[in-house]
Amino acid sequence: MNAFEHRQSAHCESGVMASLLTHAGLPMSEPMAFGLASGLAFAYLPIVKLGGMPLIAYRMPPRHLIKTLSKRLGVRLTSRTFANPEQGRIALDAALDSGRLAGLQSSVFWLPYFPPEMRFHFNAHNLLAYGREGNEYLLSDPVFEAPVRCAAEDLQKARFAKGALAAKGLMYYLDDVSPEQDWQRLIRTSVLSTARILDGMPLPWIGIRGIGHLASRVEALDPTNTKYNRLYLTHIVRMQEEIGTGGAGFRFMYASFLQEAGEKLGDATLQEASVRMTAVGDDWRQFASACVRASRSKGESPNFTPIADMLRDIAGQERVLMKELGAWAKRKG
Amino acid sequence: MKLDEVPQDHSSTYGGHSKLVYAVDASGHYQGTQSDGWEPEAYATQLAVAELETQEAEAEAAWRRGELSPLKCLMYRYRMDEPALAQIAGLWQWRVRRHFRPDIYRRLNPALLARYAEAFGLPVEELRRYQKELP
Repeated sequence: MNAFEHRQSAHCESGVMASLLTHAGLPMSEPMAFGLASGLAFAYLPIVKLGGMPLIAYRMPPRHLIKTLSKRLGVRLTSRTFANPEQGRIALDAALDSGRLAGLQSSVFWLPYFPPEMRFHFNAHNLLAYGREGNEYLLSDPVFEAPVRCAAEDLQKARFAKGALAAKGLMYYLDDVSPEQDWQRLIRTSVLSTARILDGMPLPWIGIRGIGHLASRVEALDPTNTKYNRLYLTHIVRMQEEIGTGGAGFRFMYASFLQEAGEKLGDATLQEASVRMTAVGDDWRQFASACVRASRSKGESPNFTPIADMLRDIAGQERVLMKELGAWAKRKG
Repeated sequence: MKLDEVPQDHSSTYGGHSKLVYAVDASGHYQGTQSDGWEPEAYATQLAVAELETQEAEAEAAWRRGELSPLKCLMYRYRMDEPALAQIAGLWQWRVRRHFRPDIYRRLNPALLARYAEAFGLPVEELRRYQKELP
Protein backbone atom coordinates (compact mmCIF):
# COMPACT_ATOMS: atom_id res chain seq x y z
CA MET A 1 0.00 0.00 0.00
CA ASN A 2 1.38 3.40 -0.93
CA ALA A 3 1.82 6.22 1.56
CA PHE A 4 -1.36 8.21 2.01
CA GLU A 5 -1.48 11.57 0.32
CA HIS A 6 -3.73 14.31 1.66
CA ARG A 7 -5.82 16.20 -0.89
CA GLN A 8 -7.81 19.31 -0.10
CA SER A 9 -11.43 19.11 -1.23
CA ALA A 10 -14.33 21.48 -1.47
CA HIS A 11 -16.76 19.20 0.34
CA CYS A 12 -16.10 16.69 3.10
CA GLU A 13 -18.03 13.62 1.98
CA SER A 14 -17.01 13.69 -1.69
CA GLY A 15 -13.44 14.48 -0.63
CA VAL A 16 -13.25 11.51 1.73
CA MET A 17 -14.67 9.15 -0.90
CA ALA A 18 -12.32 10.44 -3.61
CA SER A 19 -9.33 9.99 -1.28
CA LEU A 20 -10.40 6.51 -0.17
CA LEU A 21 -10.90 5.33 -3.76
CA THR A 22 -7.69 6.90 -5.05
CA HIS A 23 -5.72 5.35 -2.21
CA ALA A 24 -7.27 1.95 -2.98
CA GLY A 25 -6.11 2.15 -6.60
CA LEU A 26 -9.04 3.74 -8.43
CA PRO A 27 -7.92 7.31 -9.20
CA MET A 28 -10.89 9.58 -8.68
CA SER A 29 -11.25 13.36 -8.56
CA GLU A 30 -13.56 14.93 -6.04
CA PRO A 31 -16.06 16.25 -8.66
CA MET A 32 -16.13 12.78 -10.27
CA ALA A 33 -16.97 11.19 -6.90
CA PHE A 34 -19.66 13.81 -6.31
CA GLY A 35 -21.19 13.42 -9.78
CA LEU A 36 -21.09 9.62 -9.91
CA ALA A 37 -22.87 9.49 -6.56
CA SER A 38 -25.54 11.90 -7.90
CA GLY A 39 -24.84 14.29 -5.04
CA LEU A 40 -26.44 17.39 -6.55
CA ALA A 41 -29.89 18.34 -5.31
CA PHE A 42 -32.00 21.07 -3.83
CA ALA A 43 -34.35 20.82 -0.88
CA TYR A 44 -36.24 23.35 1.18
CA LEU A 45 -37.32 21.66 4.40
CA PRO A 46 -39.44 23.95 6.56
CA ILE A 47 -40.01 21.26 9.20
CA VAL A 48 -36.33 20.73 9.96
CA LYS A 49 -35.26 23.86 11.81
CA LEU A 50 -31.73 25.15 12.22
CA GLY A 51 -31.66 27.96 14.74
CA GLY A 52 -35.34 28.57 13.97
CA MET A 53 -34.73 28.71 10.21
CA PRO A 54 -35.71 26.11 7.59
CA LEU A 55 -33.09 23.69 6.35
CA ILE A 56 -32.04 24.51 2.78
CA ALA A 57 -29.86 21.82 1.22
CA TYR A 58 -28.06 21.92 -2.11
CA ARG A 59 -27.02 18.29 -2.09
CA MET A 60 -28.28 14.88 -1.07
CA PRO A 61 -28.44 14.08 2.65
CA PRO A 62 -25.36 12.93 4.61
CA ARG A 63 -24.12 9.38 3.91
CA HIS A 64 -25.84 9.38 0.50
CA LEU A 65 -22.56 9.87 -1.36
CA ILE A 66 -20.79 7.10 0.55
CA LYS A 67 -23.55 4.56 0.03
CA THR A 68 -24.47 5.39 -3.56
CA LEU A 69 -20.93 5.60 -4.82
CA SER A 70 -19.91 2.32 -3.20
CA LYS A 71 -22.91 0.60 -4.70
CA ARG A 72 -22.41 1.96 -8.21
CA LEU A 73 -18.70 1.14 -8.27
CA GLY A 74 -19.28 -2.34 -6.88
CA VAL A 75 -17.06 -1.60 -3.92
CA ARG A 76 -17.47 -3.42 -0.61
CA LEU A 77 -18.26 -0.79 2.00
CA THR A 78 -17.89 -1.70 5.65
CA SER A 79 -19.41 0.78 8.05
CA ARG A 80 -19.87 0.43 11.77
CA THR A 81 -21.47 2.50 14.48
CA PHE A 82 -20.91 1.93 18.16
CA ALA A 83 -23.20 2.02 21.17
CA ASN A 84 -20.16 2.16 23.41
CA PRO A 85 -17.66 4.97 22.66
CA GLU A 86 -14.77 2.98 24.09
CA GLN A 87 -15.41 0.19 21.57
CA GLY A 88 -15.43 2.80 18.83
CA ARG A 89 -11.98 3.95 19.89
CA ILE A 90 -10.64 0.38 20.03
CA ALA A 91 -12.04 -0.43 16.58
CA LEU A 92 -10.49 2.71 15.08
CA ASP A 93 -7.11 1.95 16.65
CA ALA A 94 -7.25 -1.62 15.37
CA ALA A 95 -8.11 -0.45 11.85
CA LEU A 96 -5.30 2.11 11.84
CA ASP A 97 -2.78 -0.33 13.29
CA SER A 98 -3.55 -2.79 10.51
CA GLY A 99 -2.69 -0.06 7.99
CA ARG A 100 -6.21 0.87 6.99
CA LEU A 101 -7.50 4.27 6.07
CA ALA A 102 -10.71 4.90 7.98
CA GLY A 103 -13.46 7.36 7.14
CA LEU A 104 -15.10 8.89 10.22
CA GLN A 105 -18.24 10.89 10.75
CA SER A 106 -17.96 13.52 13.46
CA SER A 107 -19.25 16.80 14.81
CA VAL A 108 -17.64 20.01 13.59
CA PHE A 109 -18.11 21.72 16.94
CA TRP A 110 -15.75 19.54 18.97
CA LEU A 111 -12.86 19.46 16.52
CA PRO A 112 -10.33 21.90 18.00
CA TYR A 113 -8.51 22.56 14.72
CA PHE A 114 -11.59 24.30 13.26
CA PRO A 115 -11.52 28.10 13.51
CA PRO A 116 -14.01 29.27 16.18
CA GLU A 117 -16.36 31.01 13.75
CA MET A 118 -16.73 27.88 11.62
CA ARG A 119 -17.64 25.71 14.59
CA PHE A 120 -21.29 24.84 14.88
CA HIS A 121 -23.28 21.77 15.84
CA PHE A 122 -23.19 19.85 12.60
CA ASN A 123 -22.71 16.16 13.28
CA ALA A 124 -22.29 14.91 9.74
CA HIS A 125 -18.79 16.09 8.97
CA ASN A 126 -16.57 13.48 7.31
CA LEU A 127 -12.84 13.08 7.67
CA LEU A 128 -10.17 10.43 7.25
CA ALA A 129 -7.91 8.97 9.90
CA TYR A 130 -4.65 7.60 8.50
CA GLY A 131 -2.54 6.95 11.57
CA ARG A 132 -1.84 7.70 15.20
CA GLU A 133 1.14 8.85 17.20
CA GLY A 134 1.11 8.73 20.98
CA ASN A 135 -2.13 10.28 22.14
CA GLU A 136 -2.81 11.99 18.83
CA TYR A 137 -4.58 10.91 15.68
CA LEU A 138 -3.28 11.85 12.27
CA LEU A 139 -6.26 13.13 10.33
CA SER A 140 -6.85 14.16 6.78
CA ASP A 141 -9.74 16.59 7.04
CA PRO A 142 -10.75 17.14 3.40
CA VAL A 143 -11.69 20.78 3.76
CA PHE A 144 -8.29 21.75 5.21
CA GLU A 145 -5.18 22.57 3.21
CA ALA A 146 -2.91 20.14 5.08
CA PRO A 147 -3.26 17.08 7.35
CA VAL A 148 -4.03 17.87 10.98
CA ARG A 149 -3.49 16.25 14.35
CA CYS A 150 -6.16 15.82 16.96
CA ALA A 151 -5.94 14.68 20.58
CA ALA A 152 -7.68 11.37 21.26
CA GLU A 153 -10.17 12.86 23.77
CA ASP A 154 -11.24 15.58 21.33
CA LEU A 155 -11.77 13.17 18.46
CA GLN A 156 -13.69 10.88 20.77
CA LYS A 157 -15.99 13.73 21.81
CA ALA A 158 -16.50 14.73 18.17
CA ARG A 159 -17.28 11.19 17.02
CA PHE A 160 -19.78 10.58 19.78
CA ALA A 161 -21.47 13.99 19.98
CA LYS A 162 -25.20 13.65 20.46
CA GLY A 163 -28.00 15.49 18.74
CA ALA A 164 -29.39 15.68 15.21
CA LEU A 165 -27.59 13.37 12.73
CA ALA A 166 -25.54 11.92 15.58
CA ALA A 167 -22.64 9.95 14.13
CA LYS A 168 -22.54 7.30 16.88
CA GLY A 169 -18.87 6.92 16.05
CA LEU A 170 -19.54 5.93 12.43
CA MET A 171 -16.39 4.49 10.88
CA TYR A 172 -16.16 3.15 7.33
CA TYR A 173 -13.66 1.75 4.88
CA LEU A 174 -13.65 0.28 1.39
CA ASP A 175 -12.52 -3.10 0.08
CA ASP A 176 -12.47 -4.79 -3.32
CA VAL A 177 -11.98 -1.58 -5.29
CA SER A 178 -11.67 -2.50 -8.93
CA PRO A 179 -9.79 -0.06 -11.22
CA GLU A 180 -11.80 -1.41 -14.17
CA GLN A 181 -15.08 0.46 -14.43
CA ASP A 182 -17.73 0.82 -17.10
CA TRP A 183 -17.61 4.62 -17.25
CA GLN A 184 -20.24 4.89 -19.96
CA ARG A 185 -22.82 3.11 -17.80
CA LEU A 186 -21.74 4.81 -14.55
CA ILE A 187 -21.98 8.30 -15.95
CA ARG A 188 -25.33 7.71 -17.64
CA THR A 189 -26.87 6.15 -14.55
CA SER A 190 -25.69 8.94 -12.27
CA VAL A 191 -26.69 11.77 -14.63
CA LEU A 192 -30.15 10.25 -15.08
CA SER A 193 -30.52 9.93 -11.33
CA THR A 194 -29.57 13.60 -10.79
CA ALA A 195 -32.02 14.69 -13.50
CA ARG A 196 -34.76 12.76 -11.70
CA ILE A 197 -33.89 14.15 -8.28
CA LEU A 198 -33.83 17.74 -9.49
CA ASP A 199 -36.68 17.57 -11.97
CA GLY A 200 -39.00 14.69 -11.30
CA MET A 201 -39.95 14.61 -7.65
CA PRO A 202 -43.66 15.07 -6.98
CA LEU A 203 -42.96 17.16 -3.88
CA PRO A 204 -43.02 20.95 -3.81
CA TRP A 205 -39.89 21.30 -1.65
CA ILE A 206 -37.49 19.03 -3.49
CA GLY A 207 -35.49 19.78 -6.62
CA ILE A 208 -36.36 22.59 -8.99
CA ARG A 209 -39.85 22.96 -7.53
CA GLY A 210 -38.12 23.57 -4.22
CA ILE A 211 -36.19 26.47 -5.75
CA GLY A 212 -39.52 27.92 -6.91
CA HIS A 213 -40.87 27.43 -3.41
CA LEU A 214 -37.92 29.31 -1.91
CA ALA A 215 -38.56 32.11 -4.42
CA SER A 216 -42.15 32.50 -3.22
CA ARG A 217 -40.99 32.47 0.43
CA VAL A 218 -38.51 35.26 -0.31
CA GLU A 219 -41.15 37.26 -2.16
CA ALA A 220 -43.58 36.85 0.75
CA LEU A 221 -41.20 38.40 3.31
CA ASP A 222 -42.76 41.32 5.16
CA PRO A 223 -40.62 44.41 4.34
CA THR A 224 -41.34 45.95 7.77
CA ASN A 225 -39.83 42.98 9.61
CA THR A 226 -36.24 44.08 9.00
CA LYS A 227 -34.46 41.97 11.57
CA TYR A 228 -36.10 38.69 10.57
CA ASN A 229 -35.58 39.38 6.86
CA ARG A 230 -31.91 40.02 7.45
CA LEU A 231 -31.49 36.76 9.37
CA TYR A 232 -33.54 34.82 6.82
CA LEU A 233 -31.66 36.06 3.76
CA THR A 234 -28.23 35.59 5.31
CA HIS A 235 -29.33 32.14 6.47
CA ILE A 236 -29.90 31.19 2.81
CA VAL A 237 -26.43 32.51 1.98
CA ARG A 238 -24.84 30.50 4.80
CA MET A 239 -26.57 27.30 3.71
CA GLN A 240 -25.39 27.88 0.15
CA GLU A 241 -21.87 29.20 0.54
CA GLU A 242 -20.58 28.34 4.00
CA ILE A 243 -22.27 25.03 4.77
CA GLY A 244 -22.67 24.06 1.13
CA THR A 245 -18.90 24.09 0.94
CA GLY A 246 -17.33 24.90 -2.39
CA GLY A 247 -19.74 27.71 -3.13
CA ALA A 248 -22.77 28.21 -5.37
CA GLY A 249 -24.51 25.25 -3.79
CA PHE A 250 -22.23 22.64 -5.43
CA ARG A 251 -23.12 23.81 -8.96
CA PHE A 252 -19.48 24.45 -9.91
CA MET A 253 -18.45 21.05 -8.63
CA TYR A 254 -21.14 19.41 -10.72
CA ALA A 255 -20.10 21.43 -13.78
CA SER A 256 -16.55 20.19 -13.23
CA PHE A 257 -17.90 16.63 -13.10
CA LEU A 258 -19.81 17.12 -16.37
CA GLN A 259 -16.67 18.41 -18.04
CA GLU A 260 -14.54 15.50 -16.82
CA ALA A 261 -17.25 13.00 -17.78
CA GLY A 262 -17.56 14.60 -21.22
CA GLU A 263 -13.80 14.26 -21.75
CA LYS A 264 -13.82 10.66 -20.60
CA LEU A 265 -16.58 9.68 -23.00
CA GLY A 266 -15.61 12.17 -25.73
CA ASP A 267 -19.14 13.53 -25.59
CA ALA A 268 -19.85 17.12 -26.62
CA THR A 269 -23.31 17.24 -25.01
CA LEU A 270 -21.81 16.90 -21.53
CA GLN A 271 -19.14 19.50 -22.26
CA GLU A 272 -21.79 21.94 -23.36
CA ALA A 273 -23.91 21.13 -20.30
CA SER A 274 -20.88 21.87 -18.14
CA VAL A 275 -20.57 25.37 -19.59
CA ARG A 276 -24.22 26.04 -18.87
CA MET A 277 -24.03 24.61 -15.36
CA THR A 278 -21.13 27.00 -14.69
CA ALA A 279 -23.38 29.88 -15.77
CA VAL A 280 -26.06 28.65 -13.35
CA GLY A 281 -23.45 28.55 -10.57
CA ASP A 282 -22.49 32.14 -11.36
CA ASP A 283 -26.17 33.09 -11.06
CA TRP A 284 -26.39 31.37 -7.66
CA ARG A 285 -23.50 33.52 -6.48
CA GLN A 286 -25.17 36.65 -7.84
CA PHE A 287 -28.25 35.64 -5.91
CA ALA A 288 -26.18 35.28 -2.70
CA SER A 289 -24.71 38.75 -3.26
CA ALA A 290 -28.20 40.19 -3.79
CA CYS A 291 -29.43 38.60 -0.53
CA VAL A 292 -26.55 40.17 1.39
CA ARG A 293 -27.08 43.56 -0.29
CA ALA A 294 -30.75 43.51 0.70
CA SER A 295 -29.82 42.61 4.28
CA ARG A 296 -27.36 45.47 4.45
CA SER A 297 -29.53 48.19 3.01
CA LYS A 298 -30.86 50.49 5.66
CA GLY A 299 -33.60 53.06 5.31
CA GLU A 300 -35.78 52.51 2.25
CA SER A 301 -37.93 49.38 2.44
CA PRO A 302 -36.38 46.65 0.31
CA ASN A 303 -38.12 45.04 -2.62
CA PHE A 304 -37.75 41.27 -2.59
CA THR A 305 -39.37 40.60 -5.98
CA PRO A 306 -36.12 41.00 -8.01
CA ILE A 307 -34.37 38.50 -5.69
CA ALA A 308 -37.21 36.01 -6.08
CA ASP A 309 -37.08 36.50 -9.84
CA MET A 310 -33.37 35.64 -9.83
CA LEU A 311 -34.27 32.34 -8.19
CA ARG A 312 -37.04 31.65 -10.70
CA ASP A 313 -34.61 32.32 -13.51
CA ILE A 314 -32.12 29.87 -11.97
CA ALA A 315 -34.89 27.29 -11.57
CA GLY A 316 -35.83 27.72 -15.25
CA GLN A 317 -32.25 27.23 -16.40
CA GLU A 318 -31.74 24.17 -14.24
CA ARG A 319 -34.99 22.66 -15.50
CA VAL A 320 -34.01 23.00 -19.16
CA LEU A 321 -30.56 21.62 -18.41
CA MET A 322 -31.87 18.66 -16.45
CA LYS A 323 -34.41 17.81 -19.16
CA GLU A 324 -31.62 17.72 -21.72
CA LEU A 325 -29.29 15.72 -19.51
CA GLY A 326 -32.05 13.27 -18.69
CA ALA A 327 -32.81 12.81 -22.39
CA TRP A 328 -29.09 12.36 -23.10
CA ALA A 329 -28.75 9.71 -20.41
CA LYS A 330 -31.71 7.75 -21.78
CA ARG A 331 -30.79 8.06 -25.46
CA LYS A 332 -27.96 5.54 -25.60
CA GLY A 333 -26.88 3.25 -22.89
CA MET B 1 -16.66 31.32 -12.06
CA LYS B 2 -13.33 32.01 -13.72
CA LEU B 3 -10.02 31.62 -11.92
CA ASP B 4 -9.48 35.38 -11.72
CA GLU B 5 -13.00 35.83 -10.28
CA VAL B 6 -12.32 33.53 -7.32
CA PRO B 7 -12.73 35.85 -4.32
CA GLN B 8 -9.73 36.51 -2.08
CA ASP B 9 -11.34 38.72 0.55
CA HIS B 10 -9.18 37.56 3.51
CA SER B 11 -12.30 36.80 5.56
CA SER B 12 -11.63 36.55 9.29
CA THR B 13 -14.32 33.85 9.49
CA TYR B 14 -11.94 31.46 7.68
CA GLY B 15 -9.51 31.80 10.59
CA GLY B 16 -6.52 32.17 8.28
CA HIS B 17 -7.44 29.07 6.29
CA SER B 18 -8.35 28.76 2.63
CA LYS B 19 -11.14 26.77 1.07
CA LEU B 20 -10.95 24.83 -2.14
CA VAL B 21 -13.31 25.91 -4.90
CA TYR B 22 -13.64 24.84 -8.53
CA ALA B 23 -13.23 27.44 -11.26
CA VAL B 24 -12.47 27.51 -14.97
CA ASP B 25 -9.23 28.75 -16.53
CA ALA B 26 -9.00 30.93 -19.66
CA SER B 27 -9.64 27.93 -21.92
CA GLY B 28 -12.74 26.92 -19.94
CA HIS B 29 -11.06 24.02 -18.17
CA TYR B 30 -12.03 23.30 -14.55
CA GLN B 31 -9.48 23.14 -11.79
CA GLY B 32 -9.41 23.33 -8.03
CA THR B 33 -8.11 26.56 -6.53
CA GLN B 34 -8.00 28.19 -3.12
CA SER B 35 -10.08 31.08 -1.85
CA ASP B 36 -9.29 32.82 1.44
CA GLY B 37 -12.71 34.34 1.85
CA TRP B 38 -15.73 35.91 0.21
CA GLU B 39 -17.13 39.07 1.70
CA PRO B 40 -20.91 38.32 1.37
CA GLU B 41 -20.39 34.89 2.93
CA ALA B 42 -18.36 36.38 5.80
CA TYR B 43 -21.10 38.96 6.38
CA ALA B 44 -23.71 36.19 6.66
CA THR B 45 -21.56 34.18 9.08
CA GLN B 46 -20.74 37.18 11.25
CA LEU B 47 -24.37 38.21 11.42
CA ALA B 48 -25.35 34.75 12.65
CA VAL B 49 -22.53 34.72 15.22
CA ALA B 50 -23.44 38.25 16.36
CA GLU B 51 -27.07 37.19 16.82
CA LEU B 52 -26.02 34.32 19.07
CA GLU B 53 -23.70 36.63 21.01
CA THR B 54 -26.51 39.12 21.59
CA GLN B 55 -28.77 36.36 22.86
CA GLU B 56 -25.97 35.08 25.08
CA ALA B 57 -25.35 38.55 26.52
CA GLU B 58 -29.07 39.02 27.27
CA ALA B 59 -29.29 35.61 28.92
CA GLU B 60 -26.16 36.31 30.94
CA ALA B 61 -27.55 39.63 32.18
CA ALA B 62 -30.75 37.87 33.24
CA TRP B 63 -28.68 35.22 34.99
CA ARG B 64 -26.77 37.91 36.93
CA ARG B 65 -30.05 39.53 37.91
CA GLY B 66 -31.24 36.13 39.16
CA GLU B 67 -34.09 35.91 36.64
CA LEU B 68 -32.71 32.96 34.69
CA SER B 69 -30.62 29.91 35.38
CA PRO B 70 -27.17 29.76 33.70
CA LEU B 71 -28.39 27.13 31.24
CA LYS B 72 -29.84 29.57 28.72
CA CYS B 73 -26.66 31.64 28.62
CA LEU B 74 -24.49 28.53 28.28
CA MET B 75 -26.80 27.20 25.57
CA TYR B 76 -26.14 30.24 23.38
CA ARG B 77 -22.45 30.33 24.31
CA TYR B 78 -22.06 26.80 22.97
CA ARG B 79 -23.95 27.65 19.77
CA MET B 80 -27.20 25.84 20.48
CA ASP B 81 -30.87 26.68 20.58
CA GLU B 82 -33.61 25.01 22.63
CA PRO B 83 -34.34 22.10 20.25
CA ALA B 84 -30.61 21.41 19.86
CA LEU B 85 -29.90 21.48 23.60
CA ALA B 86 -32.91 19.28 24.32
CA GLN B 87 -31.79 16.76 21.74
CA ILE B 88 -28.16 16.72 22.85
CA ALA B 89 -29.03 16.45 26.54
CA GLY B 90 -31.73 13.87 25.76
CA LEU B 91 -34.58 15.79 27.43
CA TRP B 92 -37.94 17.13 26.37
CA GLN B 93 -37.87 20.79 25.38
CA TRP B 94 -40.38 21.70 28.06
CA ARG B 95 -38.05 20.27 30.70
CA VAL B 96 -35.14 22.29 29.35
CA ARG B 97 -37.28 25.43 29.45
CA ARG B 98 -38.32 24.60 33.00
CA HIS B 99 -34.66 24.26 33.96
CA PHE B 100 -34.15 27.85 32.80
CA ARG B 101 -35.95 28.93 36.00
CA PRO B 102 -33.38 29.68 38.73
CA ASP B 103 -35.43 28.09 41.55
CA ILE B 104 -35.80 24.85 39.57
CA TYR B 105 -32.15 24.89 38.54
CA ARG B 106 -30.94 25.14 42.14
CA ARG B 107 -32.71 21.86 42.93
CA LEU B 108 -31.51 19.90 39.87
CA ASN B 109 -30.02 16.55 40.77
CA PRO B 110 -26.44 15.63 39.82
CA ALA B 111 -27.54 13.19 37.09
CA LEU B 112 -29.38 15.94 35.20
CA LEU B 113 -26.55 18.39 35.75
CA ALA B 114 -24.15 15.80 34.32
CA ARG B 115 -26.22 15.64 31.11
CA TYR B 116 -25.95 19.40 30.68
CA ALA B 117 -22.26 19.33 31.59
CA GLU B 118 -21.61 16.78 28.87
CA ALA B 119 -23.64 18.74 26.33
CA PHE B 120 -21.56 21.87 26.99
CA GLY B 121 -18.28 20.01 27.49
CA LEU B 122 -17.91 21.53 30.97
CA PRO B 123 -16.97 19.88 34.28
CA VAL B 124 -20.09 19.11 36.29
CA GLU B 125 -18.60 20.91 39.33
CA GLU B 126 -18.90 24.17 37.44
CA LEU B 127 -22.64 23.70 36.92
CA ARG B 128 -22.98 22.66 40.56
CA ARG B 129 -21.14 25.80 41.69
CA TYR B 130 -23.64 27.90 39.69
CA GLN B 131 -26.41 26.37 41.79
CA LYS B 132 -25.01 28.24 44.78
CA GLU B 133 -23.51 31.38 43.28
CA LEU B 134 -23.93 33.75 40.37
CA PRO B 135 -21.15 34.14 37.76
